[in-house]
Amino acid sequence: MNYKHIKQFALLAALILAAIASYFSGSINPYYLQVILFIGINITLATSLNLINGYTGQFSLGHAGFMAIGAYASAYLSTEHSAGVFNALGGASAFSIPVVFASVLLAGGIVAAVAGLIVGVPSLRLKGDYLAIVTLGFGEIIRVLIQNTDAVGGPRGYSGIAGYTTLFWTYAVAALTIYVVVSMVDSTYGRGFLTVRDDEIAAEAIGINTTRYKVTAFVLGAFFAGVAGGLYAHTTTYINPSGFDFQLSIQIVIMVILGGMGSTAGVAFAAVLLTLLLEYLRFVAGYEWLPDLVRRIAANRMIIFSLVLIALMLLRPQGLFGALPRMASSGRKPPKPEPGPTISPS
Amino acid sequence: MVYGILRFINFAHGDVFMLGAFCGYYLTPRILPYFTGALAPLGVAVVLFATMAICALIGMLIERLAYRPLRRMPKLTVLITAIGVSLFLEYAGQFVFGADPKAFPELVADRALENTGALTITTTQVAAFAVTLLLLVGLTFVVKRTKLGMAMRALSNNPTAATLMGVNIDTVISFTFGLGSALAGAAGILYALSYPSIDPLMGVLPGIKAFVAAVLGGIGNIPGAAVGGLILGIVETFVAGSAYSTYRDAIAFAILIIILLFKPAGLFGKVQVEKV
Repeated sequence: MNYKHIKQFALLAALILAAIASYFSGSINPYYLQVILFIGINITLATSLNLINGYTGQFSLGHAGFMAIGAYASAYLSTEHSAGVFNALGGASAFSIPVVFASVLLAGGIVAAVAGLIVGVPSLRLKGDYLAIVTLGFGEIIRVLIQNTDAVGGPRGYSGIAGYTTLFWTYAVAALTIYVVVSMVDSTYGRGFLTVRDDEIAAEAIGINTTRYKVTAFVLGAFFAGVAGGLYAHTTTYINPSGFDFQLSIQIVIMVILGGMGSTAGVAFAAVLLTLLLEYLRFVAGYEWLPDLVRRIAANRMIIFSLVLIALMLLRPQGLFGALPRMASSGRKPPKPEPGPTISPS
Repeated sequence: MVYGILRFINFAHGDVFMLGAFCGYYLTPRILPYFTGALAPLGVAVVLFATMAICALIGMLIERLAYRPLRRMPKLTVLITAIGVSLFLEYAGQFVFGADPKAFPELVADRALENTGALTITTTQVAAFAVTLLLLVGLTFVVKRTKLGMAMRALSNNPTAATLMGVNIDTVISFTFGLGSALAGAAGILYALSYPSIDPLMGVLPGIKAFVAAVLGGIGNIPGAAVGGLILGIVETFVAGSAYSTYRDAIAFAILIIILLFKPAGLFGKVQVEKV
């Protein structure tokens, strides 16, 4: 069994596990269930952003915008336009709901991918800091546009979305995202992403269309962010444009950085860790016995986020698992990954 | 200026601007009562200089703690740290000052000096203009005529050669940060004079829009950036006055997309070829 088969086998195993877990989800405390669902969604978001930020080296700060597009597109379709499909399939049943849900998720992803293309083509001409600012700006534009679209509730938010999301869907999507990203990067074609990150000029010199690779990464990342948005909308059943702001983008970026840019396993782990930490902070803020100051800081998650970010950059810029999995992941010897930002105790 | 010398964008600049406004907010009631009558302008000057001094200290502190350890790191690492510092200032500001907007005290009695019907010039506007002019002259003097200023220019021109000539990089960069932050602090006060409602997130949008203006005008082109800022300001004001006022904050980025699509180097920028 070679490496490729192991990956496919792992995907299959993850899907079966998700289905089994989903079967028992009725007996899980609803709050825990929701946290588990959020973890899955965040894994999808973080691994898809990792393709853009980590593997292709294009620092994007607009992931929440694509998530918002996916969330709104799929929510709109499932709320306003699914009645006809249900009628054709003989009402809401164990068969028709998954069909409808899968298609609205897919549609949300595709709309987000198209948005990714529209955003990506002009903005990927910029580099580094400029790209970061511009993608941040695009995220904001998307938010403002949604806020001004009355068909989806505008600033009031969009409510009454069916709660279709289950453990199976969330983790199936997460597993699929990881599978696609890993296979993509490991393929001959996908090595181009790493080349673009490591040395753009050299990449161009050996005939790689760097713009094309950047846009591909961007569109693919946006697609999965859109699907994750769809999952999110059908978990919470209510979405609000201000929920998809800059803070959320930063949150996803922190997951990527914490896990180590360009390390899928690390990033997925960081997504789990950070989601749990966020939920835990909610409790800390409620502990009566803690000093008031600590509780207030715990309630303001962005202070903690920013401190984590600064500390991480100073102490361990490659993230918790930087450059770890690709070393261990293969039968064939991978080209030695770039040493990355090494620490020098200066 | 900081960008010219260090070659990286200080995301926290807009937040130092915010801190400057808050310094003014807290210092004014403590300092101004000592200067009454004819001495009032002196009191304003004291507030301004105290604010600039505090902002300079904060700027140098940020540089020392967050940026100096990363000087030889890849740009991306510094960029992420800068975002972290910026977020920290914003939300720590929200934590310390409270998230609600505060009314900035009236430093200069605001009255109309000249009124021709359509055009009104107020004392605040004159004061802001005068202070800006004074600071610009001061800045030019520091950069062009002092030894430190020369060191700054040398560093910006060629860091390695400057070091070989005995320029102490750490001191100069620290000084640059202090100077830039002092100016940002002064700008915060001047801004608060005209728009007397300040809150911890007030620095975010000006910071981002300055960036958009820079891209619009052409990266690394100072007159271009000024024209870009002017265009942006005019278009935004028109949009805000039209029926689409809720789109105001999106318009800056909409302009940006159009420019990037048709003229990726900006209005006045030259396409730079990257060399190995």
